[in-house]
Amino acid sequence: MQGETTYIDVDAIKPVSPQLSAQLGELLEKVAEHKGCGTSGGSGKASCGSSDGPEDMDPEVWEKVKNHPCYSEEAHHHYARMHVAVAPACNIQCNYCNRKYDCANESRPGVVSEKLTPEQAAKKVLAVASTIPQMTVLGIAGPGDPLANPEKTFKTFELIAKTAPDIKLCLSTNGLMLPDHIDAIAGFNVDHVTITINMVDPEVGQHIYPWIYYKNKRWTGIDAARILHERQMQGLEMLTERKILCKVNSVMIPGINDKHLVEVNRAVKSRGAFLHNIMPLISAPEHGTVFGLNGQRGPTAQELKALQDSCEGEMNMMRHCRQCRADAVGLLGEDRSAEFTTEKIDAMEVVYDAETRKAYQETVEQERQATVAAKNAEKEQLAQLADAEGISMLIAVATKGHGKVNEHFGHATEFQIYEATAKGAKFVGHRRVDLYCQGGYGEEDALPTVIRAINDCHAVFVAKIGGCPKDDLKKAGIDPVDKYANAFIEQSAISYFMDYVAKVKSGEIVHRVRGDADIRQGAFIAAAA
Amino acid sequence: MAYKIIGSQCTGCSACEPECPNVAIYEKNGVFLINPKKCTECIGHFDEAQCAAVCPVDLTCIIDNAVPRYQPTA
Repeated sequence: MQGETTYIDVDAIKPVSPQLSAQLGELLEKVAEHKGCGTSGGSGKASCGSSDGPEDMDPEVWEKVKNHPCYSEEAHHHYARMHVAVAPACNIQCNYCNRKYDCANESRPGVVSEKLTPEQAAKKVLAVASTIPQMTVLGIAGPGDPLANPEKTFKTFELIAKTAPDIKLCLSTNGLMLPDHIDAIAGFNVDHVTITINMVDPEVGQHIYPWIYYKNKRWTGIDAARILHERQMQGLEMLTERKILCKVNSVMIPGINDKHLVEVNRAVKSRGAFLHNIMPLISAPEHGTVFGLNGQRGPTAQELKALQDSCEGEMNMMRHCRQCRADAVGLLGEDRSAEFTTEKIDAMEVVYDAETRKAYQETVEQERQATVAAKNAEKEQLAQLADAEGISMLIAVATKGHGKVNEHFGHATEFQIYEATAKGAKFVGHRRVDLYCQGGYGEEDALPTVIRAINDCHAVFVAKIGGCPKDDLKKAGIDPVDKYANAFIEQSAISYFMDYVAKVKSGEIVHRVRGDADIRQGAFIAAAA
Repeated sequence: MAYKIIGSQCTGCSACEPECPNVAIYEKNGVFLINPKKCTECIGHFDEAQCAAVCPVDLTCIIDNAVPRYQPTA
């Protein structure tokens, strides 16, 4: 993944016939009841744009997603989630996961999670909820599969529903046992379920799943993939019937399922899935996974974006997923799990104050409405830019949350990526830059890593930046911009884009298309310690 | 007479524990162990040893050659 960047042939990824896929998309749109949140699409999709919810979204659905950082891109700037690692067992083997360390799908490999009992988990949830009042969602995502540990999973839900009834419950599963537990899920008012679906064709699936354990038997090869596929589709349909929102996660594995994910997208959309999250394969030899060891590469930033873009016409795409660990705590993109180890929680005095949480969340809601208002105000000016059609750019943003440009360049552990076009500014992804392999790196090594990660961007917005990195960024053709410090991101992006287009029109600069970039570089072995 | 779990390979994931038809598997110091007196290699219960079928790490639940193979009675 490192070194030279490659350009992706977009036609290789898009559906074979755009007309056919557009027709199908339209048809499915009419069939599917759920309207999405999660992105503000260039294709006129629902956009979570206002506090009352997008016009085309069922208010009931909006109520479910508006404070869920994993289901609403806009919410993820303001609301936090946590996972509790009560489910260590798994019932399938994936080639991108090595259980000897941790699951590469949900966790950063090499960082061993602390396993919790349901009682410890419930205590942790209360401790986090009273420390981080904007924590609105509790998920169980492993480190194995929640439904391969049904007793522990449901016991945890039961305890939390009793002590902290305002917290939303959700879970993330491979789907194999979903049909068997659907009534328990509905019974605990779990209204968000994520299924990881990497294929809808067992021929493809056999290259991803070496085996599954089902009905007291280990199944391998195409039989394993067929059973898993059938159970996933059945589970998804059962969720839809019960009006439980379903997000589908797919791991993009170049050469194995990258083109196939367009079909997966159609299949899950037609069965009522609400949101599709296509994530890049995380693969490095250090992880000890089959894919890591056999040299299977992950997609580049532009390959991932092209696939997400091609699916977006048919369904809402999630692009803000951080592929977090099964014990993550905090806003997406930040990890505060180290503050809440069992040892530290035991020492904490926990007072669960629902009123304070409610008051705090009301403040957050005001802040969020201000963000939306700022974005909409700026958007109106875009009408002047009708002739800028065709120009688009990516902008990397250093942010600590709240929807603002408020992080120092040197402190950023990730950059959020916004795409600016004549239609407005849209969040399209993020890049990790704290993954310096093996540790022992100096400042001088860090900058090229950052540049590789945002090499497809025209500009980087920061609250502050030092002189040296500024010069190096300029040399790499990336404009370092600190004039939007503490301003709203989307508003700033639109303003920058308008200036840029004006300069192109006046002939002051020539618009150039940038190259590709790396999503992740190396394994996250050395913690930031 | 029994299967055993190679402790150095065990991830402590607990997947095997509830699958054992003889309730022969227990946790100790974060890894799982098989009580050889209770293990029947799943003979009479299933076609394959459940611990080995569900274990995520290859060659971790294996036949323990230190004890004689399980002999079903009757």
